[in-house]
Amino acid sequence: MSDRTERPTADEPNATTGTTGPVEAAPSATGPAEEVVEITKSGRAGHPATGGGEPLLEVRDLAVEFRTREGVARAVNGVNYSVHAGETLAVLGESGSGKSVTAQAIMGILDTPPGRIAAGRVLFRGRDLLVAPEEERRRLRGERMSMIFQDALSSLNPVLSVGYQLGEMFRVHRGASRREARERAVDLMERVRIPAARERVNDYPHQFSGGMRQRIMIAMALALEPDLIIADEPTTALDVTVQAQVMELLAELQREFHMGLILITHDLGVVADVADRIAVMYAGRIVETAPVKELYAAPAHPYTKGLLESIPRLDHKGKELYAIKGLPPSLTALPTGCSFHPRCPMATERCTTERPPLHTVLDASEAPVEGRGSACHYWKETLHG
Amino acid sequence: MPDVPMKATPEAATLKATQPAVPVPVDERPDSGPAPGKPRSLWSDAWHDLRRKPSFLISAGLILLFLTIAAFPGLFTDASPRDGDLTQFYLQKPQLTHFFSPEWLGYDAQGRSIYARIIHGTRASIIIGLTVTAIVFVLGSLVGMLAGYFGGWVDTVLSRVVDTFMGIPFLLGAMVILVSFDVRGPMVISLALAVLGWTTIARVMRGSVIQVKQADYVQAARSLGAGTSRILLRHILPNAIAPVIVVAMIALGGYISAEATLSYLGIGLADPAVSWGGDINFGKDSIRVASHVLIFPSIMLSATILAFLMMGDAVRDALDPKLR
Repeated sequence: MSDRTERPTADEPNATTGTTGPVEAAPSATGPAEEVVEITKSGRAGHPATGGGEPLLEVRDLAVEFRTREGVARAVNGVNYSVHAGETLAVLGESGSGKSVTAQAIMGILDTPPGRIAAGRVLFRGRDLLVAPEEERRRLRGERMSMIFQDALSSLNPVLSVGYQLGEMFRVHRGASRREARERAVDLMERVRIPAARERVNDYPHQFSGGMRQRIMIAMALALEPDLIIADEPTTALDVTVQAQVMELLAELQREFHMGLILITHDLGVVADVADRIAVMYAGRIVETAPVKELYAAPAHPYTKGLLESIPRLDHKGKELYAIKGLPPSLTALPTGCSFHPRCPMATERCTTERPPLHTVLDASEAPVEGRGSACHYWKETLHG
Repeated sequence: MPDVPMKATPEAATLKATQPAVPVPVDERPDSGPAPGKPRSLWSDAWHDLRRKPSFLISAGLILLFLTIAAFPGLFTDASPRDGDLTQFYLQKPQLTHFFSPEWLGYDAQGRSIYARIIHGTRASIIIGLTVTAIVFVLGSLVGMLAGYFGGWVDTVLSRVVDTFMGIPFLLGAMVILVSFDVRGPMVISLALAVLGWTTIARVMRGSVIQVKQADYVQAARSLGAGTSRILLRHILPNAIAPVIVVAMIALGGYISAEATLSYLGIGLADPAVSWGGDINFGKDSIRVASHVLIFPSIMLSATILAFLMMGDAVRDALDPKLR
């Protein structure tokens, strides 16, 4: 625990990411680990083999809008990202940036109406989920992809015991008997290290602490060993010491099962420890995407830069903390050009009229950096300036 | 925070040896409730509260008594409620010391034992009350749940149907329905009351479902692959049912009183059926010379209705402590 208490200052990229697991695990994504997982998973029916380069999930030009009294709110405006098996993609953004809505659209649990998927494709192992029949999507949920929610207390049904809710996964998807389901529930609870699991399996959600509830939520999502997990701010509702443990557990289980993990968060500290790649969202668009190390070392978008500079640091003690001025734009009236221009210190005339595409970021020797992009006309200046 | 003394051994034992040990810190210990090891569901919590509540105990006792009377009137009196001896017992005053004897509560204008009549009249009231409540509960819950969960045009159609039925005045509607029947048994009366009464339950259920369906755990269940019927029956219904149960319990008293009202007006149960409403009607004619003929069936009726209302109140408090 002691190394976590100074987390705000430990956000210097070299210090943290160099010592934690994900970076270590990243090379194995194409190495022997892939083979092992293929063997263990090939026993399941209807499970197409993963091609080496084919992503587990690919979101293409996804656009989601909501009909409101004030007009159409464009929550997501052409989001592109992809996750490979065994990879952790962190989707970073402030409230209302569209990160959760994107996740709901992927899972197919978006409330429609008022929501509407205006455009785009969500490819899961090459299959477009947005045109798949609802019954097929329902069977995928829980089995192949599942989701962890922010507030575990309200995400667990208060009138059912946790054992029942965990066992439900096996009864719905696997047709397990009542007794079998209960046994599997105990296994799961032990797996996420809930003390005295057997004695507590019949307890109700309100009888557990916040951290324990989130562990149960994680156990539910992981019950059927899905290929993809979307964790929507899994630690936001927890206190800081518990946050670290829950993240560690999640990262460990993800490595063990070789899952793709989409980690939605607004906490830069959480991301640094576990993510492989980061996609930064602003006003329903991806503004920057980069491997985690590079993003922390040298952001290529003024918004990302602003976020990183607004982290309190011990070596800046006594100085005024930087803040991105202004407020996030209203989704019913997005600014023209680059959505960030009203708040951007580098904005010029061009930014107010011309929307920047996601430029490929080049390194100092003019070679494209793998997986790096920035939706800024002046990414070069931001990166090197 | 933990109100239990710290124990090191159980946690250590359950940590699996195969897993890299992340020790469970102090604030992650199982926070045991007041009774360690005892799961506490909403219903067991409510039961725990109820057992200590005088109003619940009294009403439950009364209801149990009325149910026993309704099921086994023979246990309480041997006298027939229909045999009258005008020459001997015409409007005879109660003999209040002769407990449980036919003459205990006096005789009516037909020379029939009032005690026997109120004992035998219980069954009709209880049967009608329970039947109406059962029909209303099932029908109203179903309609309310469908309207609340599916929304959109389903809700629009069902809610308009509810509004239509709600627009019919309860007693007037029941009278209109009942006068068209020649023979009015308990089932006919129950159906008439149920047809007019289910709308309240439907509205309560609809509101409750709309509230519950927005809960995170419903979305979580959906994201883990639960189908519509499972979400409705396992996740929404158990969380939405509490207010409906309370309303139904309170309404039960209302249905008993409605039956009595109809019987009083002469369009409910009629002779030879024994009912409190009919007896009250009969008693009003001799109120100035022999008020006991009116008073005792009225007391039984009021006590029954009161018992169900009290029960409903107590259950509501136990299910939702915030309402207190």
